[in-house]
Amino acid sequence: MDLQTLGQLLNTTLVFSTALIFASLGGIFSERSGVVNIGLEGLMMFGAFAAAVGGYYAQDAGMGEWAPWIGVLCAMAVGVLGSLIHAVASITFKSDQTISGTVINFLAAGSTLYMVKLLFDGSAETPLIDGFNKVAIPGLSKIPVIGEGIFNSYPTTYLAIVLVIVIYFVLFKTPFGLRLRAVGEHPSAADTLGVKVNRMRYIGVMLSGLMAGIGGATITLTTTGTFGHNTISGQGFIAIAAMIFGKWNPLGAFGAAVFFGFSQAIRNYVQLFEWSKDIPQEFIFMIPYVLTVIVLVAAVGRSAAPKALGQPYDPSKR
Amino acid sequence: MNKFKKIFTTDSYIIPFVAIVLGFLVGAIVMLLGGYDPITAYSALFTRVFGNLYNFGEAVREMTPLMLTGLAVAFAFRSGMFNIGADGQVMIGMTAATVVGIKFAALPGFILVPLAVIIAGVCGGLWAGIAGYLKAKRGINEVITTIMLNWVALYLSNYIVRAFLLLPGQNRSEDIPASLSMTFLNSLFDNARLHWGTAIALAAAVFFYVYLWKTKQGYEMRAVGYNPHAAEYAGMNVGRNVVKAMFISGVFAGLAGAGEVLGVFHYQSVFAASPGYGFDGIAVALLGLTHPLGVVLAAILYGTLTYGSAGMSFAADVPPELIRIVIGSIIFFIAAQGIVRWVLKPFYFKRKKEKVL
Repeated sequence: MDLQTLGQLLNTTLVFSTALIFASLGGIFSERSGVVNIGLEGLMMFGAFAAAVGGYYAQDAGMGEWAPWIGVLCAMAVGVLGSLIHAVASITFKSDQTISGTVINFLAAGSTLYMVKLLFDGSAETPLIDGFNKVAIPGLSKIPVIGEGIFNSYPTTYLAIVLVIVIYFVLFKTPFGLRLRAVGEHPSAADTLGVKVNRMRYIGVMLSGLMAGIGGATITLTTTGTFGHNTISGQGFIAIAAMIFGKWNPLGAFGAAVFFGFSQAIRNYVQLFEWSKDIPQEFIFMIPYVLTVIVLVAAVGRSAAPKALGQPYDPSKR
Repeated sequence: MNKFKKIFTTDSYIIPFVAIVLGFLVGAIVMLLGGYDPITAYSALFTRVFGNLYNFGEAVREMTPLMLTGLAVAFAFRSGMFNIGADGQVMIGMTAATVVGIKFAALPGFILVPLAVIIAGVCGGLWAGIAGYLKAKRGINEVITTIMLNWVALYLSNYIVRAFLLLPGQNRSEDIPASLSMTFLNSLFDNARLHWGTAIALAAAVFFYVYLWKTKQGYEMRAVGYNPHAAEYAGMNVGRNVVKAMFISGVFAGLAGAGEVLGVFHYQSVFAASPGYGFDGIAVALLGLTHPLGVVLAAILYGTLTYGSAGMSFAADVPPELIRIVIGSIIFFIAAQGIVRWVLKPFYFKRKKEKVL
């Protein structure tokens, strides 16, 4: 494998990782505040749908290269709206968080495809749109391998990488992050200190909708160009896995997301390796999932979930 | 009679019922917003399922794997675990049943079929058991392991079918001689693909109930699910219970897989993507409030709605995806019982007043 192919492999890896990075960062916001979010899959679906539709109409209105950004904005808005269902059920009505997350997955699958058929004359897929173009960063993109791999990517990929660092900083170095984490670890103590538990949790869940929405948008605006029933197909669950694998830490989740992205990218390149001819392709596809389990067994061990994860907050039970 | 009346007026029965009504209402509103006629659509849905024997039989066929995967997810839930991996366990069960059915085809049917079903169940159980074991021994979150195992199961099944069982030139296995079909019922139902898996599913529901509520082991399992720390303090082996619960959960899912390949398709395809049985199972388990009777009823409801949704799109042009909105809303209202209680409040008030009079 030559250096150029290596750069392309790195590039494809990042393209596939981007959506997972956004969604798992979203999951971290929600779960750090103490609300399980099994609905990431549905929230990504909302985002992918909104981006496809918003992007299509913006392109139609002649907005040119700004159209995908309109798509992203729509995805953020719809993601937040979708996450509110989860927030209302699980925070205000204290229902089981796993259940209301599952509700999101169902409502998203149903309503997005229903809307697609309604808006586009019974078609099962949105019309193809242009989406984002790759942007080469002057100078840096000339570095061998890394230039081709990292500095010649979609704007969403740059955004994802920047957000990993920003969110790490916000979560661990700012008062807001401290409050969010406190609410997920020990809500009654946080309440005693004057933190509004439910309000923080609403913010956490809404941020998860926002981020997962962008994640879904990335898929339609960089990889598929359309939204249909199999646009997301399990990415949200992989994002959950990435979040847990990364121990609810943005840097860890980033690493895990890149790992899963690599596993998707390697399929496009696997025939370039001479040794791969003797191994059935299924085993190569399996590697990341088996490896994840092995890494968990060997190194990571017990998951460090936020202590109050999954428990509705009831002030009377202090 | 009084006892009967009491069953249907307690909260746990009223709330699902009201949730179902509210779910249908939400669906109707969504249809009206989309410019469709909800009455035509809903009546087409039910006519498709109950209109003729063939479709009714097919709807029952559709309910069968839902019951088993619903039971699988519910059983794990009762023991304090979230089994997202029913999908993979179904695939492993399918593959095991296919392998046994094809490779041991020389055996007489009355040995071959039960053998294939049992091995499918055991393999599904062992597959889920991996996640249980890793949780018990290493504290690894079962959500992540079961998601990973779903993918591994998908590729492993595809590999086994492609490498050992392939019908030349096709993307599926050879035909399986072993069969769970109920021939006498098939002809009765106009060749609907009814099979013995339905009986297995109902038996599994009975087993679920008896095991969990009538045996000591079941009591331990519920105790561990309710509060693992208290259970451990009471001298129960939490780890062993976790593994056992996941195993039984996986057996249910594996049996669902056996029913699908031995009773419905009679061969196994190479899957392009996960077939989604497990995710339907999550919905069914939640709709059924993780109680075996509830799960059976929920599978009937879920199967009716999904099978009937095709009729809805023929007759009223409503996209069948609408039914997912209805199901999602029903689960939402069951989960957010506060909303349902709020809707019911005026009725409760009235009833109390009548009592005073």
